[in-house]
Amino acid sequence: MDLNYSTEELAFRDEVRAWLGANLPAELKDKAYLPKEELLRWHRILARKGWVAPAWPKEWGGTGWNVVQRYIFEEELGYAGAPPIIPFGVTMCAAVLLAFGTEAQKKRFLPRIYNGDDFWCQGYSEPGSGSDLASLKTKAEKKDNHYIVNGQKIWTTLAHYADWIFCLVRTDPTVEKRQEGISFLLIDMKSPGITVRPLILMDGAHSVNEVFFDDVRVPVENRVHHENAGWTVAKYLLGHERMNTGRIGESKRELQKLKDSNKEKLGDVRWRDRLTRVEVELMALEITNLRFLDRMRRTGQPPGADVSMLKIKGTEIQQALTELAMQAADPAAPGTQKIERRYLDMRKTTIYAGSNEIQRNIIAKMTLGL
Amino acid sequence: MNFDYNEEQQLLADSVRRFLQKDYDFEKRKAILEKGWSEQVWATFAELGLTGLPLSPDYGGFGGGAVDLMSVMEAFGEALVVEPYLPTVLAAAAIAKAGSPEQKQSILPAVVQGKMRLALATGPRGVIGAPVADTIVFFREGKLQAVERSSLELKPHRTLDDLAAADIAFQAEDSNPALDEVLDFGAALSCAEAVGAMKFACDTTLEYLKTRRQFGVPIGAFQALQHRMVDMFIAYEQAKSMACLACSKIDSHENAADRARAVSAGKIKIADSARLISQESVQLHGGMGMSEELKVSHTFRRLTVLARRFGDADRHLARFASL
Repeated sequence: MDLNYSTEELAFRDEVRAWLGANLPAELKDKAYLPKEELLRWHRILARKGWVAPAWPKEWGGTGWNVVQRYIFEEELGYAGAPPIIPFGVTMCAAVLLAFGTEAQKKRFLPRIYNGDDFWCQGYSEPGSGSDLASLKTKAEKKDNHYIVNGQKIWTTLAHYADWIFCLVRTDPTVEKRQEGISFLLIDMKSPGITVRPLILMDGAHSVNEVFFDDVRVPVENRVHHENAGWTVAKYLLGHERMNTGRIGESKRELQKLKDSNKEKLGDVRWRDRLTRVEVELMALEITNLRFLDRMRRTGQPPGADVSMLKIKGTEIQQALTELAMQAADPAAPGTQKIERRYLDMRKTTIYAGSNEIQRNIIAKMTLGL
Repeated sequence: MNFDYNEEQQLLADSVRRFLQKDYDFEKRKAILEKGWSEQVWATFAELGLTGLPLSPDYGGFGGGAVDLMSVMEAFGEALVVEPYLPTVLAAAAIAKAGSPEQKQSILPAVVQGKMRLALATGPRGVIGAPVADTIVFFREGKLQAVERSSLELKPHRTLDDLAAADIAFQAEDSNPALDEVLDFGAALSCAEAVGAMKFACDTTLEYLKTRRQFGVPIGAFQALQHRMVDMFIAYEQAKSMACLACSKIDSHENAADRARAVSAGKIKIADSARLISQESVQLHGGMGMSEELKVSHTFRRLTVLARRFGDADRHLARFASL
């Protein structure tokens, strides 16, 4: 047993850290929200370096890093305060195309995702289908060489920036097992019949939307995998998504900022002990994450369902850090509004990407056999 | 980075587990509790090489570190072993660190051979293992003392988790650099022991949720209970991670502050996980969880004690912040 990174891994971390120090523009750091152009600016800086899509196969622009290097890279991004790499194209849509797409689909979409030419969003949730995603109703009827899509998606992050949306739609409403009537479509956001309506969240920010589809025509060639096999794709993506959900680098940065900006408050034992407990939780999460990575590296197997705990603990820690910041902040001080906004904003983390209750269901069923 | 036990560690862990499963099940343990320890069990520990594991080859030992002992301590925690293994290991470590050549020669080889059990006193009260030890080890005026138990006045009692302990009418120091290092070693090992006890509590509770039927279904079909079981499981995994961290930092010979920080962080997490898991394991068992007849209630007591042994969460929160 050796919990330390190897010399090579440490050298790799230093290389990433040094590069970020020299290439991450100061004005992009620590921003809860960035305009599209700024997000793409950062995306393109990474793309030019060849680091925007580390997990892809090398032939499509991946780095060939192993899971530990990829983790180190992501942690360093978070720890440096870098904007997030918007996952919908690079991480999600690309993963689906690489696993299920035709050669033509890969050639058409992957280079544009890599270079930041297309901005993607994800069309999963619907007003009546949140945690129970398989109940989704947005329907796609085949006519000539097209699907005619009608329905509504909700909570669509950055749909107002997006050029494309990948959607789960119902192509067969008659099957008994509803998972078997779903397909995975790629839809051009400029298609006639699409309307995007902003949803303003309680922190006052606009990041999510409703997306309405009104007789939207989608060429059949934009379907990924077989018709009615969309649930297989969705499940694959879910497994793919669950690693690196702990936001460890980001939380380390928040913790350090919290300590640095509240030197006096550290003398308050009640606050200090709460902070220490969160710090210890974060240490434990980091080691737990490394244990999972070590297991993946050793067995060559994809992550098991138990990695859902990374999302549960990671988001609980993110929220706890915002609570500590609130507790330390003077309500009347000028900087406090930002802290309050972040407190409000972070409430979403235990809800999105499979609520923490759904994550617990996953562990209960898949890992514990309940 | 690698979280695997090496082949030797794995083999040892397997043979310890096999022995405990065969000769230290809940019923056999009951018989041992009467006396406080079993000579036969101790002889097997020596045969398996456990008594020599952390000691230098100079005395016939294997020179193992905290990580080498981790899997043993986990297995002991799972089986709720009561023999004074940790007290012996810690007292021997203190002698190896601060004892005179004579003390080392007269005691350590005998420990390795399983002929001698020790206890480490850091004060007059609650010296664990003292009533069943041959020699009591302590510090006075910075100097290590090793005194035959029979020459001391002992007031024996049992701890909440059924260990033989005693108050001793004497003075012993509770802190100096050598002793602090030994106590951190002990704290890290107690983290591993707690992880083993947590594993049993989680496993047995999960089994109960799958077999206990009410309202015509296994109670594990209820989401309210499923989520509590998942939180126990997560608390166990997080605790295990911290035990790994604490033990490997002990072995890494990094600076003292780093080591102490990792141990305190481990103790804080283990204390919190131990409380959650012990309480929930009893609650999810319902009335049966309260019963002496079920091992889970004994595990509850062991976890309650381990959360506080070598300093409770408050003490380690204070130390963590001071480092």
